[in-house]
Amino acid sequence: MSECDVRPADWVNPLRDKRDKRMPRIAGPCAVVIFGVTGDLARKKLMPAIYDLANRGLLPPSFALVGFARRDWADEDFGQIVHDAVKEHARTPFRQEVWDRLSEGFRFVQGTFDDDAAFDRLRDTLHKLDAERGTGGNHAFYLSIPPSAFPQVCEQLSRSGLANKPDGCWSRVVIEKPFGHDLASAEALNGVVNSVFPESSVFRIDHYLGKETVQNLLALRFANEMFEPVWNAHYIDHVQITMAEDIGLGGRAGYYDGIGAARDVIQNHLLQLLALTAMEEPVSFSPHELQAEKIKVLSATRLAEPLDVTTARGQYAAGWQGGQEVVGLLDEEGFSKTSTTETFAAITADVDTRRWAGVPFYLRTGKRLGRRVTEIALVFKRAPHLPFDATMTEELGQNALVIRVQPDEGITLRFGSKVPGNAMEVRDVSMDFSYGSAFAEDSPEAYERLILDVLLGEPSLFPVNAEVELSWEILDPVLDYWAAQDREGGKPQSYESGTWGPESAFEMLRRSGREWRRP
Amino acid sequence: MILDLPDTNTGAINKKIVALREDGGAITLGRVLTLVVAPTTEAILEESIEAANTASREHPCRVIVVLPADPGADQSRLDAQLRVGRDAGANEVVVLRLSGPLAAHASSVVTPFLLPDTPVVTWWPDVAPAVPATDPLGKLAIRRITDATNGADPLASIKGRLAGYTAGDTDLAWSRVTYWRALLASALDQPPYEPITSALVSGLEHEPALDILAGWLACCIDGPVTRAVGELKVELVRPSETITLSRPQQGVTAKLVRTGKPDARIPLARREARDCLAEEMRRLDADEVYYRALQGLDKVTYV
Repeated sequence: MSECDVRPADWVNPLRDKRDKRMPRIAGPCAVVIFGVTGDLARKKLMPAIYDLANRGLLPPSFALVGFARRDWADEDFGQIVHDAVKEHARTPFRQEVWDRLSEGFRFVQGTFDDDAAFDRLRDTLHKLDAERGTGGNHAFYLSIPPSAFPQVCEQLSRSGLANKPDGCWSRVVIEKPFGHDLASAEALNGVVNSVFPESSVFRIDHYLGKETVQNLLALRFANEMFEPVWNAHYIDHVQITMAEDIGLGGRAGYYDGIGAARDVIQNHLLQLLALTAMEEPVSFSPHELQAEKIKVLSATRLAEPLDVTTARGQYAAGWQGGQEVVGLLDEEGFSKTSTTETFAAITADVDTRRWAGVPFYLRTGKRLGRRVTEIALVFKRAPHLPFDATMTEELGQNALVIRVQPDEGITLRFGSKVPGNAMEVRDVSMDFSYGSAFAEDSPEAYERLILDVLLGEPSLFPVNAEVELSWEILDPVLDYWAAQDREGGKPQSYESGTWGPESAFEMLRRSGREWRRP
Repeated sequence: MILDLPDTNTGAINKKIVALREDGGAITLGRVLTLVVAPTTEAILEESIEAANTASREHPCRVIVVLPADPGADQSRLDAQLRVGRDAGANEVVVLRLSGPLAAHASSVVTPFLLPDTPVVTWWPDVAPAVPATDPLGKLAIRRITDATNGADPLASIKGRLAGYTAGDTDLAWSRVTYWRALLASALDQPPYEPITSALVSGLEHEPALDILAGWLACCIDGPVTRAVGELKVELVRPSETITLSRPQQGVTAKLVRTGKPDARIPLARREARDCLAEEMRRLDADEVYYRALQGLDKVTYV
């Protein structure tokens, strides 16, 4: 194929200039194939993100989107599905001229994963697109499907010759969590994927890493002089990382039952946030160096023991959540009445490095909590000496630096300030930096950023194999511990919907004289 | 809300701004810069404010519009107008009309309204001074934005920018072609990997964006660059292929044609001033590539 000509080593694009910072990077010719186009993720996130990229002029003129599913659809039916998804969920305004160009590249291939003929049709469709639309033999396969189907799809892609490309063309595979359910299964899954796609062609999506605030964490830490000196055990008392959701699990039993909050959220999102918060300064921002630091810090992280006092798990019961009466997990459709799946999990992690010795990292996540919020809070030690009467500082808490990941992305600094008046009285106040008001509109949705990075072959924001496996190594002991409890008739402590989790979670911090922030 | 303050002074205006802020809650947190807009006539005023308001949604800022009202008057007079809330995008707009001798001292009126410790950007939406950096309003700013498109003679305007260039200058004609440049550059990322031997830029005579595009090509490639008047297109010629990016003059869809490859169509409407302005405010450091493009203008052959 002529498209796959290898770029000569001495070729320099005369129109590119490092100093040309205003020129956007447009992806090269390529086709994206989505497996599982009928799923929620594809409709709510992927297709709208692809449209938004097109609308921002970041997709190449030769771009194609191929859907693969069991449904008996023609290309037009698929186009209609994408159209509806874009209309409903896209971030940027709908522009007919953008849509018309984009939709010219839509194709649909009907089939099941065990159907050789369907994958042959997929191959033919892609080859035809290469010829007709000039997609250049470059293909990204987005597996928006359950991991149990990965082996079959990878095998089929390999068999039909879509996974291996001559030099100069690429084939990339994008996968979503869950990356296994424990260390052993993660290793097996990585083995399957890596048997077909080399690690450099595997892009694991953790959409939190595509968020501006999370990337800004690196800027905050390493571009400023003000924060790094206090970013250690000398000044920081403990760190709280919270991801709370207000929604319940109605309709998601198939995915969630038996998985639970720790596997669903802590293993990937929260441990990634921990790694970015706790890691040392990378020697450069190249993907390899960033990964090296994350891997280092994850390999130094382990659960604090004993697990019965440093962890907590819960399950939501009926209650009122945000003005609505909601049922408990056991009454949600599809869940067993005796399910011991946790919908709330909290763990204490120690990072065994000089920087963090003695600083616990508290990680918690849950469904049906008070409100939807994700944040990283670094809580400082109290001042070693307060030259005030006790009455003056009664209302003074601990200083805190909070990175608000979502919603209302930004940074909050909490410190003590004198209350106006003639008495000396110190009270906590907050200083806010809000992303929304400082750089409003150009902030892309996480999936836009990540999909574009896949097409450009830029791996910085994607966790690699080793990170996934290290995360499981950290989490496995508590999963085993809870499983052992279950065998002895134990179960997660129930908490009322709309509150901040079970009593045991509060107890877990109280033992060391600390408390959870109300995020 | 729009509030008129006829025949006033800067102290009174500042007081009013603070009062409005206290009444309306903290609506002005997190502003990242001050944008000074200096139109020469009322004709372009509303259009400029609208563009600034739209750009301010991406870059919350205070907008100070300063324009001459009646420079021939004997008495100096300052008329002000404040716009906040819905009439001011994500910012507040201060319009200052100067009459009499005061009209020659615009910077003295603007200075009290600059936000502390944040960058100042000055934008001349129509006629710009010959050397923006030495203009009193230009001296206040780290970024000076001109717009050759609205100049009296667009070609002469864009060609004159080189003589008056200081690091930090830029022109909206330049941001208008950013996507054209990006599409051409990404076309060259594909095979065949051959040098460009010549280039042609053609389009309307009075479209300085095309002149600067030609200037940019002239400084990047080793070969003649021609600027012609005619249909809107850019052609890059290499030994084994020609890349043509073209668009109907008023159209919104461009066509990318390459020898031996399927044609591709892509949305590429003319960029509005507001989008260009937002792009200009995204980076406040010197644009060296723009400077090179200005230098390249001399190498372009006009036919």
